[in-house]
Amino acid sequence: MSHHLVSAEDLCFAYADGTPALQGVTFTIHHGESVGLVGANGAGKSTLLLHLAGVLFPVSGHVRVGDWPVTSATLPRVRRSLGMIFQDPDDQLFMPTVGDDVAFGPLNLDLPPEEVEARVGEALERVGAAHLRGRPSHRLSGGEKRSITIASVLSMSPDILVLDEPSASLDPAARRRLIALLRSFEHTKIVASHDLDLVLEVCARTIVLHEGRVAADGPTAGIFADDALLARAHLERPLRLQGCPRCGSAAAR
Amino acid sequence: MTARIESALAHIGSIEDLAALDTPIHRLDPRAKLVTTLALLVAVASFGRYEVTRLLPLALYPIVLAALGDVPAGPILARLALASPFAILVGIFNPLIDRAPLAALGPVVVTGGWLSFASILVRFGLSLGTALLLVATTGFDAVCAALARLGLPRALVIQLLFVYRYLFVLSDDAARMIRAHGLRAPLGRRPGLRVAGSMLGQLLLRTLARAQRIHAAMLCRGFDGVFRLRRPLRLGARDVAFAVGWCGWFALVRAVDLPQLLGAVLGRLG
Repeated sequence: MSHHLVSAEDLCFAYADGTPALQGVTFTIHHGESVGLVGANGAGKSTLLLHLAGVLFPVSGHVRVGDWPVTSATLPRVRRSLGMIFQDPDDQLFMPTVGDDVAFGPLNLDLPPEEVEARVGEALERVGAAHLRGRPSHRLSGGEKRSITIASVLSMSPDILVLDEPSASLDPAARRRLIALLRSFEHTKIVASHDLDLVLEVCARTIVLHEGRVAADGPTAGIFADDALLARAHLERPLRLQGCPRCGSAAAR
Repeated sequence: MTARIESALAHIGSIEDLAALDTPIHRLDPRAKLVTTLALLVAVASFGRYEVTRLLPLALYPIVLAALGDVPAGPILARLALASPFAILVGIFNPLIDRAPLAALGPVVVTGGWLSFASILVRFGLSLGTALLLVATTGFDAVCAALARLGLPRALVIQLLFVYRYLFVLSDDAARMIRAHGLRAPLGRRPGLRVAGSMLGQLLLRTLARAQRIHAAMLCRGFDGVFRLRRPLRLGARDVAFAVGWCGWFALVRAVDLPQLLGAVLGRLG
């Protein structure tokens, strides 16, 4: 298998009304890397993620996932190795019960029933939600829903996890559990988020998008220390890298 | 209004919660309960418009279902009460229109209109009560799985499941909109026709956008147009006996006027 697990080359995309969303995005993400994708509202983060999963196709340029270019012919393979976790869990949990939701992917892979059950059990165990298996998905708490969306993708055994705003509307404790969970995964991870502290903790590398272009790409610590770059991209330092507002002491590193 | 919508939905949820219980009734195959419920609906519909007493023995089925299935009467009766205005509205004019005297209870003359009104109420209570008990002892998703196994087209079953799943999300959206309107409307006025129209339009647009996102999420997990439901259903001798036994009871109630027979027997004894 190629070590260049996810790459985009000169990716351009415009919405139907002509609004340009991506204007020549290029990057390569290697096996096992954790990459944060940050940028202002409308910078093109979600649009880029949808290209990786083959939900949108570029006007020009290419996306590769693993050994395959993302085209309509390779989609089944691409989606098997890349698990996409959407921002709103209600969009992703559409089945009657948690067990059904986690089984949805494996069933679509036409796995035998025993294997499906085993994978559902494993995936729920992995996110610490085995006890929720028979519960209706729509009546879980925000943190539980987030765990189940991750389990519903893990059950397909992907190599790459793509997460869109995973910590949105989680309470601090649930967010903390999410961070610990993400850190424990050995998958290649791509995390789009406004939660820069989460990116700092989970991702060693960060790509900054600004107006549909890559404004910076490098080690997270270096990028979050570059105040001029952050200001240009409508961002600010993560709270952990800001000085203490009460005593004025320097930030933790 | 918002609070009313929310509490109504909470009630649906509470009935669904009961489906998680484990009783002999809950353990029956969903198909057995579904077929029996459908048979009861047919039996209820087959009686003439002035029948009241002959319908009553059919109530044995929902009563047994509730008793053996540990379903409390409260939530079911509350649902019935909430839906009862529809039934009352259907029958309320019958007593005014149909004034032919049909029976006498001592000195009180009962007209055809009152009898048919009472019949409508009894039918309504039997049908809706039994349908609610079916969901309370089976769960909506299992009822849908049973429908699929009994030959209802897949597309229709999936629609039912999705409608039920997103009913809550959609109503949350609507409730938030109504609340936002209420907070900015002077004197808590209800939305006028123009505002309500644009709110409905908004709701439609949001629903379409959500449908697109759900579809994308389904595609990402390998959806290829074929919906695979996993619900191992096993029809045993007990399930068949349950359905056949109850259908036999319904047939007996339909064929023989049991209340009159009972009255005659009691009369002879007395």
